[in-house]
Amino acid sequence: MDSPYVILGWWQVALASLLILINGVISASLRLKMERTLAVAAIRTVVQLLLIGMVLEWVFRVERATVVVGLLSIMTLVAGFTAVQRTSCRYPGIWWNALISVWVSSWFVTAYAVMVVMGSVQQWYQPQYTIPLMGMILGNTMNGVSLGLSALIDSLKSQRDRVETLLALGATRWEAASGPIRQAVRTGMIPLVNMMMVVGLVNLPGMMTGQILAGTRPIHAVNYQIVIMFLVASSAALGTVSVVLLSFLRLFNRDHQFLAARLESSAPPH
Amino acid sequence: MPEHVLLEAHRIGRRATATGSWLLRGVSLRIRAGQRIALAGLSGSGKTLLLRSLARLDPIDEGQILWRGRSISGGRVPEFRRRVIYLHQRATLIESRVEDDLRAAFQLRVNRGQPFCLETILQWLQWLGRDADLLQRRSGDLSGGEAQLVAIMRAVQLEPDLLLLDEPTAALDPQTAEAVERLVDIWFQQQPDHRAMVWVTHNPEQSRRVAGRRLTLQQGELIEADL
Repeated sequence: MDSPYVILGWWQVALASLLILINGVISASLRLKMERTLAVAAIRTVVQLLLIGMVLEWVFRVERATVVVGLLSIMTLVAGFTAVQRTSCRYPGIWWNALISVWVSSWFVTAYAVMVVMGSVQQWYQPQYTIPLMGMILGNTMNGVSLGLSALIDSLKSQRDRVETLLALGATRWEAASGPIRQAVRTGMIPLVNMMMVVGLVNLPGMMTGQILAGTRPIHAVNYQIVIMFLVASSAALGTVSVVLLSFLRLFNRDHQFLAARLESSAPPH
Repeated sequence: MPEHVLLEAHRIGRRATATGSWLLRGVSLRIRAGQRIALAGLSGSGKTLLLRSLARLDPIDEGQILWRGRSISGGRVPEFRRRVIYLHQRATLIESRVEDDLRAAFQLRVNRGQPFCLETILQWLQWLGRDADLLQRRSGDLSGGEAQLVAIMRAVQLEPDLLLLDEPTAALDPQTAEAVERLVDIWFQQQPDHRAMVWVTHNPEQSRRVAGRRLTLQQGELIEADL
């Protein structure tokens, strides 16, 4: 039976890789000295995607809950730790706060998607649904958490005198930090809100494009994409709010003191 | 002369977060109502740390701080800070216009019961020889001295019992420094038997003008000094 889509073999992949050569030529002609980096990036793309392809083949074949949960856990761990990488400054416990925020928000939203929104799936752990859904949700949640965390830390550092002044006048810790908190949550959510505003007008999202390429009717692909957009937006919002509030509790104690020294003593990222 | 103790620090200590070494240790102090204390000490001797610790703005690693005989923690801290206000050498205004900044203090939950009194502020400005137009100016356009005056007005309008002044005039010209001293004196003289202040200053002349008692912080220890 004919496949509803064009199956790409190694030959086609090799043809596409020729296009990377154009980037190499640009780099060489403009003396950007990026040829080596480009080559490494291209090779990493091939190797990493081949590896994950093989892992997914195996996971899809065995179709066991423990294997799926294990893979999702590894993805979540990587997302949680990556979210902290971009912060300009860290405090003790930041890794746990980011990990808990990414974990709770993305797993809750994925579980809701699989068990409630797509109620007709055979098993809750069906890898065909859980893995791609979790991948998209995690990617966006990680970005939201990372942006929110960075914005909170930067804002508390730059507005330290203001926060201290408010506390000295009798403000509660919440009153003193509410400005930076709001700013941080807004920063974490803005990319997704912007994306939802222009989706379909400026770009066609990858998942929808993939489904259309695989032969799905556009209107069905659109429904999927709408669901995905709402899932990733809610997970990113939950993750951002969670990491900002957990950070607030680490940086302001019950005695309404701003523990700014925790920020100063932390190691900057590489 | 009233003798009741407003604030008491008993053998308080504070460690450096990064190294764990003691920045302040075993410091004890009693501040009674009616006292005006000048605090001196070399740079780095821990004066700011002591004042911030007394205002409960920083955590202490040992010892105890009592306000009117009771320890202060948790939900009681904001009310305590309304009574004991710490003022930094570098004034920070929190709103973009001066009058809004003065009003902002009353928007905090702990101060909501008190009304903002424009007449009082205008009277203070008149006593200090300052123009009422100051209230309409942008906070960012003020000089350091003007900002410090606004910050002190913002604090004393809340009628605190104790002011902890951390070198409030160190970077000011003599005229503005004098205005700051007058403003603090106006506040103190409103209830001289119930209020107190600690004023960090390196200036012996100023110590004599503003205080009745002088303390020096030396190697983490408070020593009574002559005025």
